[in-house]
Order: sequence, then structure tokens, then C-alpha cells
Amino acid sequence: MLRVEGLHSGYGRIEALHGIDIDVREGEIVTLVGANGAGKTTLLMTICGNPRASAGRVILAGEDITALPTHQIARRGLAHSPEGRRIFPRMSVLENLRMGASIVDDRHFKDDLDRVLELFPRLGERLEQRGGTLSGGEQQMLAIGRALMSRPRLLLLDEPSLGLAPLVVRQIFDIISTINREQGVTVLLVEQNAFHALSLAHRAHVMVTGRIALSGSGAELLNNPEIRAHYLDGGAGGAEDPNL
Amino acid sequence: MEDSSPPLIRSAALAALLAALLALPLLGVRLVDSANGLSLSGRPELVAWAAGGVFCGRLIIDLFRRWIRDFSIRLPVPPPPPEWTRFGVGWALALFALVLPFLPFADRNLVDKATMVLIYIMLGWGLNIVVGLAGLLDLGFVAFYAVGAYSYALLSMTFGLSFWVCLPLAGLFAAAFGLALGFPVLRLRGDYLAIVTLGFGEIIRIVLQNWQDLTGGPIGISGIERPSLFGLSFKAVPPEGQTGFAEFFGLNYSADHRVIFLYFLILALALATNLFTLRIRRLPVGRAWEALREDEIACRSLGINPTTIKLSAFALGAMFAGFAGSFFATRQGFISPESFTFIESAMILAIVVLGGMGSQIGIVLAALLLVGLPEWFRDLQMYRMLAFGAAMVLIMLWKPSGLLSSRSPTIRLGGRA
Repeated sequence: MLRVEGLHSGYGRIEALHGIDIDVREGEIVTLVGANGAGKTTLLMTICGNPRASAGRVILAGEDITALPTHQIARRGLAHSPEGRRIFPRMSVLENLRMGASIVDDRHFKDDLDRVLELFPRLGERLEQRGGTLSGGEQQMLAIGRALMSRPRLLLLDEPSLGLAPLVVRQIFDIISTINREQGVTVLLVEQNAFHALSLAHRAHVMVTGRIALSGSGAELLNNPEIRAHYLDGGAGGAEDPNL
Repeated sequence: MEDSSPPLIRSAALAALLAALLALPLLGVRLVDSANGLSLSGRPELVAWAAGGVFCGRLIIDLFRRWIRDFSIRLPVPPPPPEWTRFGVGWALALFALVLPFLPFADRNLVDKATMVLIYIMLGWGLNIVVGLAGLLDLGFVAFYAVGAYSYALLSMTFGLSFWVCLPLAGLFAAAFGLALGFPVLRLRGDYLAIVTLGFGEIIRIVLQNWQDLTGGPIGISGIERPSLFGLSFKAVPPEGQTGFAEFFGLNYSADHRVIFLYFLILALALATNLFTLRIRRLPVGRAWEALREDEIACRSLGINPTTIKLSAFALGAMFAGFAGSFFATRQGFISPESFTFIESAMILAIVVLGGMGSQIGIVLAALLLVGLPEWFRDLQMYRMLAFGAAMVLIMLWKPSGLLSSRSPTIRLGGRA
């Protein structure tokens, strides 16, 4: 579905990714974990064409999308829920969802909306409310819901658990797995919350300073002593959830 | 909150001290031309006046703020008015505008003033597309107004085209200039965009001022053709082959007819602008403008092409300024670069900001205040602009986000409202 080959990218003269190779197969959840500044967000952004890759290729469903502008990439079935949620704060929840459906035929809007509201009943209760007045968890739901409105085949999620209470984090991860299982959406997930993210993932990669340091199935990485020490048992960049 | 008068006095004293420090070099010393050359002399009384003035002003503002706070605590915030009142107010205003020229107190002077206010309302509605909806801060909006005015004047003078043919052409020209401005500034936002648009506005004005052969330079263009109503002329003596308006309807000729006609013309143009904006807000492109104002990165990742969305906002806003410009030219019969200075851009922007960024009715209120107030203040003579400035400051203190800043959603469930 998505293949990244030897990807280099960065900001100005500072290179943040030094040759990344990953692939995401249809129907999978693939997780990227890593400490702050490892380049996880940059990788997602580069896949979406902003910043541009300085070398390497991004291939989506057999098509080279490395040089396409961001909005064209989005139109090819790749939805990106960016870091920090980035909902439209002064627009209502319904308008936010409507914006998500910008590239979809109007005829599907009602069905898609019902589908998203079924996943996130909380949004259904707040359709007329302004996005900015939602709680953090609801905003995250809105960001994911908005991305789903574009009928993606591949969903890129950037730190959906950022700044959320543990209970809400669990909810969000449950929904991600539902989206994957029931709606057949392939997911590439970037997370700091390694425990949840790895237990969810079919396969996972660990990123360290712009390189893939370790790859394996979610369960393998979860049981890897080195990973446990660094990302799960409160080591450097450790887990945010104190209950773990 | 407990009463804390010492900080009140302290902040006023601090402001006064600052004012005194500033006033010392600016007002406190003076060059005196005496017998043995220039010498410096002091003017301490002016410094004292400045410091005292600032002290009192600061105190008044703080008290005013406190009063507003207490006031709003005593009065519970009213619930947002239901949707129908919003519409109701709009319809009532439109209806009032329709009958205004026929009301007993409406003399020629009032209708003329109302026409002026309507021009600014229309310009405000045009700029609202760019600034209020798309969030692109444009300080050079008057450029498009000028393009519209000169397009009409030149087309009409050179090719003898009528107002009704020139109006759409002037709109097109202005829209083209909107695109021309839009392309180079696509990547800019906020302050940076503001500076470039400011420069653009000045370029247009300076070109108009210096391209003597075409625009007549600082002398401007005079004797611009007045519009007719379906071929009915408003002149005292209709030109050869044309019927006069008064003659056609069996009225006695009166110069008021044209004033009233012009009033209705700009009313129609302004209402068309308003209807267009209200409609387009509910269409994908209008919603995309607002989304772009909120978050450009999110827009891109939703598959929206920011380039086309921004350009459409620039072009459409400019088009309405172009319409307003050609109306201005035909009303005045005379245009010169002096009518299109930066202060006009600032005025239109102030109307949009004061009105509440995006609120159509807010713009009407702000235009009435900003264009109307200086007229009411005429009795104050040289203090007129001072009162005008003070009124503006007070409004912003009272309502920091504009007169009407609430926004109604563009879709609701169960029928796309």
C-alpha cells in the first residue's frame, strides 16, 4: 500500500531523516515509536510532501507520490491527521467534518457522517458546537473523524494520544483498532505512548535520530528488553501512562 | 474583585512618567532664533500638560474598563439571539434603506451621505471576503477600488461605452489585478502579507499619479459620463436622441432624481455583494476560505488546494471593489489619485475589523459609525478627527473583537441551512 525507500528529508540544511525504508501493507496497523526528535513526525510530513524529500521515494499503491503537492497526495486516498490535531477552532463540529469530505462526492456525505458519528457518538452530541470549545479528547476524535470523512485507504495518525487523560487514550486506541478492523483502513501510527501503540500494531518500527533502529511485530517489540528499558519502563522518552 | 485603587493610581502615574520622558525631548525643548544665533529654551509647561493629560486619560480608561466589567457582571450575558432576529435585523435594515429617500426628513444632503456610507459598506463587504473570511490581511484594498474607478472612466471616455457595459468590465479588470496581487503573495501570511499588499496599493496609486498620458496624472479625469436608467438620461437637457427621466415619467425635472437614482444603484450593488457573500459562505469554496483562515496545514492535508482558494478570495474581493470604484467614478464625475490613498484602505479595514471580522451586519454598523460620525462631529471643527479617533478607541475597548463577532455555522443537520 505504502512503500518508503531510502527517504532523506529535513528542514533547510538540517537533515532530519537519513534514509528511511518502511512499508505498510494493506489492512495493517504499523506503528512508529521513538523518542522526541527522532524524526517520526518529519517522516509523516515528508510522506505528505511537506517538507519535500531530498532523496528517496514514496510510493502509494504503486504510484510514485514523492513530488506531488500535499493536496494532490490527500486526493489519492491518504488522510493525514497531523500532530496537534489542527481542527478548525471557530467552525462547528459539523463544518469540520464537512471540510474533511471536501474531496468526496456530496452524495456520500450523509452516509459517511453517520459512519463517523457511530464511531464517535460524542461528536454527534456536539455537532453545532465550535471545534475550539471541545475538550482535548473530543478534539482528537474530531481530527480522526475529519480525516475519515475523506474516505481514506491509508490513515496517517500523528500522536493521537498527545496530552490526553489515560482513560481517553485507551478510548482513542480502541477506536483506531475498530477503524482498522471493521472499515479496512490501513493505519500508520506515530506514538510516544509505546505500550498502547505496540499492543495495537501488526508491525512496528523504532526510530532513533532519523533512522529505523529496530523493526518487528508489535508483540516482538513489546517483549524486547531493550525497548522495555527505553520506552516502557519509564526510561528516556518513557511511557506517559503511570499505570503501566 | 476587591477594590484596588492604589494600582489604578500607580498605573496612571507610570503612564504619566513615560509620557513625561517622551515629551521632554519632543515638546520640552525648543530652538529659539536669538540675536547671537540659535539657542535652546525649555517649555516645561507643555511637558506637564502632556504628563497630566496622559495621567487623566489612563485613569479614565481604567475606570471605564472597570465600569464595563462591573456592568457586565451585574447584567448576565444575554443568550445569543435566535437566528430569526439576525435575519430580521438584516431585512429591517434593507427595508429601511429602500424607503429612506422617500422619508419626510430625507433631503438631498442626507441621501448623498447615505450613498457615501453605502459605498463604504460595499467596500467593507468586499474586503470582508479577503480579510474576514479567508483571513488574508490586505492593506492595499483601495488599489482595486482605484482600478475599478479608472477602468470605468477610461473605457467610457475613450470608447464611449455606457456605464452598464463598463461596470462588469471594471469588475473583471479589478479581479485580474486581484489575481496579479495574489500570485506573488501566495506563500505569505499575516504581517508579511500586510506589508506586501500595502506596497501594492501604493504602487497602483503612484502609477496613476505618474502615467500622465493615460490617467492625466495628479490632475485626474473629469467630465466622466453619468449613468442612465435603461437609456433614460438624468440630465436637465437630455442628449440628442435620448429621453429624460423626468420627461418619460411626466415629472418636473429635478436634480434630486439623479441623487436618488445613484443611491438606489449603490444600494443594489451593495445588496448584491451581500447576497453573494451569504450564499458563497455555504458553498465549498466559501467554507474552504474560512477553513484556510483557521489552519492552512490542515486544509492541505484534507486535499484542498490553497492556491486556488486564496486566489479566488483575492479576485472576488477585488471584483466588488472594482464595482464600487466604477460607481464612485460615475457618481463623482471626477477622479484623481488623491481619492485612493492609503488612508482609504485603512478606513475600509477599520470598518471590517470594527464590525467584527466576518459579520455582514457588523460591517453595516461600523460603516455607519466610521463614515457617519465624522459628519455628526462637524460642529467640533478642528477637533473632529480627535473625536473620531477617540470613538474608535472606545469601541475597541468596549468590544475588542468587533461590534458583532459571533459567527453562524454554514451547515446544520437536516437540510443544508
